[in-house]
Amino acid sequence: MFRKLLIANRGEIACRVIKTARRMGIPTVAVFSDADRHALHVRMADEAVHIGPPPAAQSYLVIDRILEVIAATGADAVHPGYGFLSENPRFAGALEAAGVAFLGPPATAIEAMGDKITSKRLAAEAGVSTVPGYMGLVEDADAAARIAAEIGFPVMIKASAGGGGKGMRIAWSEAEAREGFRSSKNEAAASFGDDRIFIEKFVTQPRHIEIQVLGDRHGHVVYLGERECSIQRRNQKVIEEAPSPFLDPATRRAMGEQAVALARAVGYASAGTVEFIVDAARNFYFLEMNTRLQVEHPVTELITGIDIVEQMIRVAAGERLSFSQDDVRLNGWAIESRLYAEDPYRNFLPSIGRLTRYRPPAEEREPQRAVRNDTGVFEGGEISMFYDPMIAKLCTWAPTRGAAIEEMRCALDAFEVEGIGHNLPFLSAVMDNPRFTEGRLTTAFIAEEFAGGFTGAALPEAELRRLAAVAAHMKMAKEERAARISGAMANHMRHVAPEWVVFLGRQGLPVHLEPRPGATAVRFEDGTVLEVASGWTLGERLFRGTVGGAPMTVKVDFVRGGARLRYRGAEFKAVVRTPRAAALAALMPEKVAPDTSKFLLCPMPGLVVAIHVAAGDEVEEGQSLAVVEAMKMENTLRAERRAVVARVATAPGASLRVDDVILEFE
Amino acid sequence: MKDILNELEARRRAARLGGGHRRVLAQHSKGKLTARERIELLLDEGSFEEFDMFVRHRCADFGMEKERPAGDGVVTGWGTVNGRQVYVFSQDFTVFGGSLSETHAEKICKIMDMAMLNGAPVIGINDSGGARIQEGVASLAGYAEVFQRNVLASGVVPQISLIMGPCAGGAVYSPAMTDFIFMVRDTSYMFVTGPDVVKTVTNEVVTAEQLGGARTHSAKSSVADGAFEDDLEALMEVRRLIDFLPLSNREKPPVRPFHDDPARVEPSLDTLVPDNPNQPYDMKELILKVADEGDFYEIQEDFARNIVTGFIRLEGSTVGVVANQPMVLAGCLDIDSARKGARFVRFCDAFEIPILTLVDVPGFLPGTAQEYGGIIKHGAKLLFAYGEATVPKVTLITRKAYGGAYVVMASKHLRGDFNYAWPTSEIAVMGSRGAVEILHRTELGDPDRIAQRTRDYEDRFANPFVAAERGFIDEVIMPHSTRRRVCRAFASLRNKRLANPWKKHDNIPL
Repeated sequence: MFRKLLIANRGEIACRVIKTARRMGIPTVAVFSDADRHALHVRMADEAVHIGPPPAAQSYLVIDRILEVIAATGADAVHPGYGFLSENPRFAGALEAAGVAFLGPPATAIEAMGDKITSKRLAAEAGVSTVPGYMGLVEDADAAARIAAEIGFPVMIKASAGGGGKGMRIAWSEAEAREGFRSSKNEAAASFGDDRIFIEKFVTQPRHIEIQVLGDRHGHVVYLGERECSIQRRNQKVIEEAPSPFLDPATRRAMGEQAVALARAVGYASAGTVEFIVDAARNFYFLEMNTRLQVEHPVTELITGIDIVEQMIRVAAGERLSFSQDDVRLNGWAIESRLYAEDPYRNFLPSIGRLTRYRPPAEEREPQRAVRNDTGVFEGGEISMFYDPMIAKLCTWAPTRGAAIEEMRCALDAFEVEGIGHNLPFLSAVMDNPRFTEGRLTTAFIAEEFAGGFTGAALPEAELRRLAAVAAHMKMAKEERAARISGAMANHMRHVAPEWVVFLGRQGLPVHLEPRPGATAVRFEDGTVLEVASGWTLGERLFRGTVGGAPMTVKVDFVRGGARLRYRGAEFKAVVRTPRAAALAALMPEKVAPDTSKFLLCPMPGLVVAIHVAAGDEVEEGQSLAVVEAMKMENTLRAERRAVVARVATAPGASLRVDDVILEFE
Repeated sequence: MKDILNELEARRRAARLGGGHRRVLAQHSKGKLTARERIELLLDEGSFEEFDMFVRHRCADFGMEKERPAGDGVVTGWGTVNGRQVYVFSQDFTVFGGSLSETHAEKICKIMDMAMLNGAPVIGINDSGGARIQEGVASLAGYAEVFQRNVLASGVVPQISLIMGPCAGGAVYSPAMTDFIFMVRDTSYMFVTGPDVVKTVTNEVVTAEQLGGARTHSAKSSVADGAFEDDLEALMEVRRLIDFLPLSNREKPPVRPFHDDPARVEPSLDTLVPDNPNQPYDMKELILKVADEGDFYEIQEDFARNIVTGFIRLEGSTVGVVANQPMVLAGCLDIDSARKGARFVRFCDAFEIPILTLVDVPGFLPGTAQEYGGIIKHGAKLLFAYGEATVPKVTLITRKAYGGAYVVMASKHLRGDFNYAWPTSEIAVMGSRGAVEILHRTELGDPDRIAQRTRDYEDRFANPFVAAERGFIDEVIMPHSTRRRVCRAFASLRNKRLANPWKKHDNIPL
C-alpha cells in the first residue's frame, strides 16, 4: 500500500478522500492556495503545502508545482479528485514518469475519452449505443429529408457552428426536415458565417442516467449500477439519485454491460462514469465517459456499500477487485442534494462571503436510514469567488425512494447556513415537487417546473397550520419568560392570556393555547387541536419537536416584530398577536417598499478601486458593483435590487466624496 | 345609587369617545391608532389605570367655552409592561388635534411627578398639532412646565418618547430632552419650523417627510433613535426596550431567566478577523454571538454606522454595547459616531447599566469637514463619557486600537475594569506605515529599507503584548471563549462601587 497520498484538489472532495485514506492508515498531504489557507481540507490533512495564489490557474492547475510538493513530501500516490487536473492526461503522464501512482485510469484512456468525436467512435466500435446521426455534412434539403427518414423521426437539424439554440430545428416529418434544413442553413450563415449542417436523432424527454464502472489493472471491470442526474440547472447537476426510478433490470443490465465493454475497450483501470441520455421509451445513447471520481459518487456508495475512493486506491496499488459483478447488490435508495452558494431568490447569483453559521444535520448510519454530508467548509469559513460554488453534498439513504426523499426533507430542514445566499430552500422545494416525488424526470425538469425562477415554495394548508402552531408555541414561551422578569409589581404579575392570532401573511389564524406537560395544545377556530411537543428553548435556532404527532424541524430567528420561520422551501415572518392587537393591525396600512434612488452613490470619501459592471449590464440584487477604498479598507458596494446599468459615472482611480455618483441605473 | 353608578359609566363612555367617531375614523384612515388604542397595546392587557379622565380646559376665548371634552386631548395614567410599572401619556389627535392646553400640560406633569416619586419610567406618545393657540401664553407655560420636568427627570427615571403624528415647533423640545425618541415611518414628523416657514425664509422647497420624517431623523439628524414601520411595531418594540431598562436610577437593571450557556464556545470567532488587516468584517456578528440568545436591541441603527450602540443581555442582565464597526469608514471615530457613542455611554452610566466596549478603531477621521465641524470637542464627548462612567466597564480589543482613539474607547486608563484583547489586536500609537514614515524619515528614499523598518515595527508593536506587558491589557483571550470571559468579567463586577468626586455637575464639552 502507499506510504503517503497527496490530494491535488480542495474543498469537499479533498476532505472526502482524506477520510478514506485516514481509515486505511495512509498519511495525507493537502495542497492549498492563498485563499484556502484556513480551509477544512488543510486542517484535516496530516500535512499541507502552499502552492500559490488564489486563481486555480496559478495554484491547483500548476502541474510542476504539484510535482514539487510530491517530491518534497515524499508522497507516492496522488488523488486528483474531480475537476482541476483529474482529467488531464499530461498530469497523469507526468506522474507516471515520476514513478508516482495516479489514482485514475491510464493516460491513454483519459486521452481517448477526452475527445468527443474519438470517444463516440470508440463507443460505437465497442458496441455501445450512440445517438444515431449522420456523421458527415448534409448537402441539400432533399438529402436532409432522406437522412432524417433513415435515422427516424424526430431529428435535430443543427448548424455545425451552432450554439445557444441558434441554427437548430427539430423535425418530425420529411417536409419539416426540408424546411428545417433551409432555415437552419440561413440562420447559421447569418449568425455564424458558417452554414454547415448536421442531422442527428432528437431525443425526446431526455433523462441523464450514468453508469459507475470500476476496473482493476488485471482486466476486471464491474459496474456499480446507475445514477440518475436529470435534475440540472443550466447543465449543472443539482440533485442525483441511485438507483434511477426509471430503469428496469433489463435496461440497467444492458447499460451496465455496454459501459463495461467501453471501459475494457480503452483499458480502463480505476473508477469512471459512462454517461447516457435515455429517452421516454428507455432507449439509451452514449454521451461521454468521465475518467475520474464523479461528484455524485456517494449515492452509489450508499446503495452498494462500496467505498469507491478506497477501491481507487487499492486498484492503483495493483490490488485485484475483491468482488465480481455478481457480488454487486443495489440496496435501498440514495439521494444527493448539492448545496450551492447561490441565491435562488436572486436568480441563483453566486454568493460569496463569510459563513456566519454552518450547522449541517448530524451524519447517521442506522439500519433503516442514513444521512451523510460531504463538505469542505465550516462555520466561520470564507466562501471565496475563486472556486466552485458547491459547498456540500447532503445525501440520505433509506430502503425506498419515498423514505429517502422524506429523510432528505428532514435533513434539509435541519441544515443551517447563514451569511451567504444558498439553495437550501430550492432543494426543499424540489423534494416536495409532485413530478419529482413521482419520478417523472427529464433534464428540463427545473426549466419547466420553475419556469419563472424561484420565489419560495408554497405550503399546503395542513402544513401552514402546523407551522402556525409552532409559531404560537414559541410565542407563548417568549411571553411567559418575559413575564418572569425581575422588578415586577408584587401581586400584580402579568397574566399571559391563552388567546392569540397567528399571522403567516396578512391573514390571521386565531388559536387558543393550553399548556400540557412538556407540550402546548393549540386549538384552532374550527375546533381542531394540534399538540406541539418540544424541548425547544428560547434562543435555539432550530425548533425540533412533534406537531400533531408528526416530527417537524423549523429554522427560527427572532426578528423585529416577529419570528422568521423557514420550513421546507418556504419562508415566513410569523407574527403572533393578541386578538386586540390583531384587530388593530387590520387598520395598519400595507407599506410598499420605498423607491430607492436610481443612483449608486459613494457612501464614504474614498478611492475607486474597481468597477465590476458596464453600461447596459443587468445586475442582480446583491451583486458586487464597485469597490471603494477608504481608510485603507476595501468596501464592496452591492446592488440593492435588480437593475440595468445606464451609465458608469466614474472610473477606477477616481477619488470620490460622499454621495458622488458612481453608477446610474435605468 | 344605581343612577349615580350609571352616571359614572356614562361619563367614562363619553370621555373614551375622544373626539368622536368621525375623527377616530379619520385617525385610522391615516394609518394611525387612537391614543387609547396605543396605550392598550403598549401596556399589559388590562393594566392601565387612568388619571384625570374628566379634566376639562378652562379657556373661555374664541368660543372655546362651548366645547369642553373630558380629558382635554391627552390620556394619562400608569400600567405595567411585563408586570413592571410605567407611567404613560398619550396625546389624542382626535381632540383639538391633540393640541396642548394648560390643563393638558397639567395632566402630563402630574404623571411625571408621580413617576419621579415612585421611580418608574415615563413613556410619552406624541401626536399633537402643537400649542392650543386659543389659550396663548397659558399653553406656552404648559410646555415650559413639561420641559422643566423632563430636565429634572433626566437621569432619574428613563423617559421614552414615541412620535406617532405631528410634533412641531416648541413641542419638539420635550421629546428632545428624553432618553430615547422613536418615530413611525410615513405618519410622524418633527421639526422646529415647518415646510411653509422654511419656504418663506430660505426658499427651500421640502416636504414634511423630507424635513422631519422618521427616515430623516433616524439616519441624518440623529434626533430619533429608531424608526418603525407602523404604530403596532413601534409599541411592541418599546415594550421590548423597557425590558432592558431599570425602572429608575435607584434600581439595578432587570434580570430575566435565560436559556443560553454563559460558557458557550463560538469557534467561528477565531476566524472573524480577516488575515488582511485592511479587510473589513462585521462587528455585529461578534455582538450577536456574545449576547444571550443572539438578542440585540440596537439604538441609532441608521446613524453614524461606524459605531454600533445597543443593549444585550449577559446571563439575563442588561449590558450596553458600544462597538466600532469596521464595515463603515473602517470603524474610524468621527463627529457623529463620537456623539452617538457618548450619549449612549452616559445613558448607561446614569442608569447603572454595565458597558461592554468592542474596539477596532484605526483612529479619528481626518479632513477639513471634521476639523471645521469641531471633532476636537465632539471626540472629547466620548472620552469624557467613558472617563466619568462608574458602571462596570469591560473592553475587548479585536484588532486595531491606534492612538488617541485607543485611549477613548474605554481603555484601562479611563478606569476600564477588564481590558481584554484578542491575539489579533494591534495596540499602538498608529499604523506601522505611518509610524515608520515619521521614525525613519531620512530613509524614505530607500523602499527596501522602509519595508524592513515596517516589518520591524509590526513585529514589535502590531500585537497586544506590548500593552499587556505594561498591564494596560489585563489578559489576551481566545476569540472562541469571548462569551465566557466577558460573562465572568461582568459577574465579578456585580458589586462594583465607584464614586466620582462631589460636584454640582460636570462640564462635559457640549
